[in-house]
Amino acid sequence: MKIAVCVKQVPDTTEIRINPETGTLIRDGVPSILNPDDANALEEALRVKDNLPGSEVTVITMGPPQAKEMLQECIAMGADDAILLSDRALGGSDTWATSNALAAGIRNAGSFDLILAGRQAIDGDTAQVGPQIAEKLGLPQVTYVKEFSLEGDYVKVKRALEDGYEVLKVKLPCVLTAIKELNEPRYMSVPGILKAAKHDIKVWNAVDIGVDLTTVGLKASPTNVFKSFTPKPKGEGIAVEGDTPKEKAASLVNALKEKHLI
Amino acid sequence: MKDFTEYKNIWVFAEQRQGKLMNVTLELIGEGYKLSRERGDGAKVCAVIAGNGVSPLADELYQYGADMVYVLEHPLLTQYTTDGYAKAITDAINTYKPEIVLFGATHIGRDLAPRIAARLNTGLTADCTRLDINVSNYMDYLEENTTASLNGLDRNDQSKGLKQTRPAFGGNLMATIVTPNTRPQMATVRPGVMTKREKIQGAKGELIKAEVDLTPDDINVEVLEVVKAAKEMVSLTDAKIICSGGRGLGDPEGFKLIEEFASTVGGVVGASRAAVDAGWIDPIHQVGQTGTTVKPEIYFACGISGAIQHLAGMQTSKIIVAINKDPECPMMKLADYSIEGDLKKVIPEIMALWNQ
Ligand SMILES: Cc1cc2nc3c(=O)[nH]c(=O)nc-3n(C[C@H](O)[C@H](O)[C@H](O)COP(=O)(O)OP(=O)(O)OC[C@H]3O[C@@H](n4cnc5c(N)ncnc54)[C@H](O)[C@@H]3O)c2cc1C
Repeated sequence: MKIAVCVKQVPDTTEIRINPETGTLIRDGVPSILNPDDANALEEALRVKDNLPGSEVTVITMGPPQAKEMLQECIAMGADDAILLSDRALGGSDTWATSNALAAGIRNAGSFDLILAGRQAIDGDTAQVGPQIAEKLGLPQVTYVKEFSLEGDYVKVKRALEDGYEVLKVKLPCVLTAIKELNEPRYMSVPGILKAAKHDIKVWNAVDIGVDLTTVGLKASPTNVFKSFTPKPKGEGIAVEGDTPKEKAASLVNALKEKHLI
Repeated sequence: MKDFTEYKNIWVFAEQRQGKLMNVTLELIGEGYKLSRERGDGAKVCAVIAGNGVSPLADELYQYGADMVYVLEHPLLTQYTTDGYAKAITDAINTYKPEIVLFGATHIGRDLAPRIAARLNTGLTADCTRLDINVSNYMDYLEENTTASLNGLDRNDQSKGLKQTRPAFGGNLMATIVTPNTRPQMATVRPGVMTKREKIQGAKGELIKAEVDLTPDDINVEVLEVVKAAKEMVSLTDAKIICSGGRGLGDPEGFKLIEEFASTVGGVVGASRAAVDAGWIDPIHQVGQTGTTVKPEIYFACGISGAIQHLAGMQTSKIIVAINKDPECPMMKLADYSIEGDLKKVIPEIMALWNQ
């Protein structure tokens, strides 16, 4: 079984702070991590490989040269091969343009039986790239996958809904997007880390993957960022007065009554 | 500039599950109504509903403001499948050429919309929390709520592009996205953010049965089962009061106190992700970036520190009350009323006084 896993290096958004004077993001010193949902996607691919020896797991990302570090981490977890699509021509791509590049990269890497991605990346939170890759590759998709099993030429998956779940059967090849309920990602292993240090990561540019250059990058992207800004910090609230919990509760209830909220 | 004069109306994907319209659909019709009137060029707000035997739902859509309803009916649309819905709706978009198409950012909307946008080669903005056409309104919003500069914006600007505002980086940053060169302009919108219109009994509109061309070969996914959670969906989005508990509850027993609190004040139980991850409460109660967005009259945050991902889902609540041991935590800073103290002692006192 040949499996491709789409991964992304993201800033750890829990570590991002805002500069209150300028209202801009402080990204210095914010660690870059493998996007959490993507780690679940990779884990599921590695489990297939554990059960079906001889399977091959290829991780693929589009990003700047630094993204190699994350790919090495994926190799150390157990991936067999890693591809980095890196080119200035791909910079500034929105989800449509990104999926054009990734679909071209996947095609260039060979034919796969299964393509996995994380549901969404924590920097943009769009959840759009997985389905859009599926569309560009002409494959069926299932998003929000929380349970997975392989049944011959088919996969049977549970797709999470807000008010329950559905059980779906899809023929391979297909694209699935993983959520955190799917599994618990493994750690890198020591032999894996040694292997990763020596592994030659493939770096491809836009010409290598044969993508139509009018469909990638900032200028080709149908959406543009018109403005970006930070929410205004709310005015200071009131620290409720009182020496005991009872007094504090009374001050609060009175204040809410005055505002006719009770 | 390309000529987009063919593209006119504002479409809302009317998501229904088991024949019942989702709340977000009605919210989006409210928003679409507002946007269509902002355009001021006779644009209509239209619901597009797919399924089998779903035309009776048109009445409810009119009652909430839809001028028109496009009905896509076919036996192969009885159950939601990405393939079936994407094909039927893409075909309808190609035929009728809407200017804007809105979807609820539900697990179905976020599955379907990107597929359609990719097929149409147009832009899609995810998880919007605000939409504007009128430039002056947009500038008012920026001035009142954000640190954005108004440079380059003009109150007399009559352009009619959709300005789609959404959080990024876990709510640390906001961005307004535009789709200047392709049509339709597409967006998914967070449930619970937009406001539905007052229901008008007996309201009528125009119904259009759109052609659906589907064969079994178009659908590559087989739906074996659709399982509804035994519990009813918690209606956090409609709640007037929410009592939310976090890791500060200490243990699952803490939610007993929160439940009592909620029933005393007539509220609904919410939770932080830390409490959900600890297994103390079902994920359907989670508030925040990866949970539900809420804006009640009063939000009680009990033992919740106020991580940015949590704030992303509740910071537009009218009144926020924080109960926390740590006066320095972000939630205590954000709150309109902050009570420093042990929630196990403070909450019972509030309950004792509430209905007096
Ligand atoms: C991609 C991503 C998405 C996320 N999405 C969400 C989301 O949608 N919703 C969400 O909530 N989180 C989300 N998180 C998690 C978020 O970052 C925080 O980890 C989480 O919100 C913390 O929950 P908490 O405030 O309950 O716990 P903590 O941060 O541990 O805070 C517990 C608080 O309780 C107080 N406390 C302790 N004991 C008492 C007591 N006896 N009385 C009073 N106060 C007490 C403490 O002072 C502390 O302030 C997300 C994280 C990531 C990375």
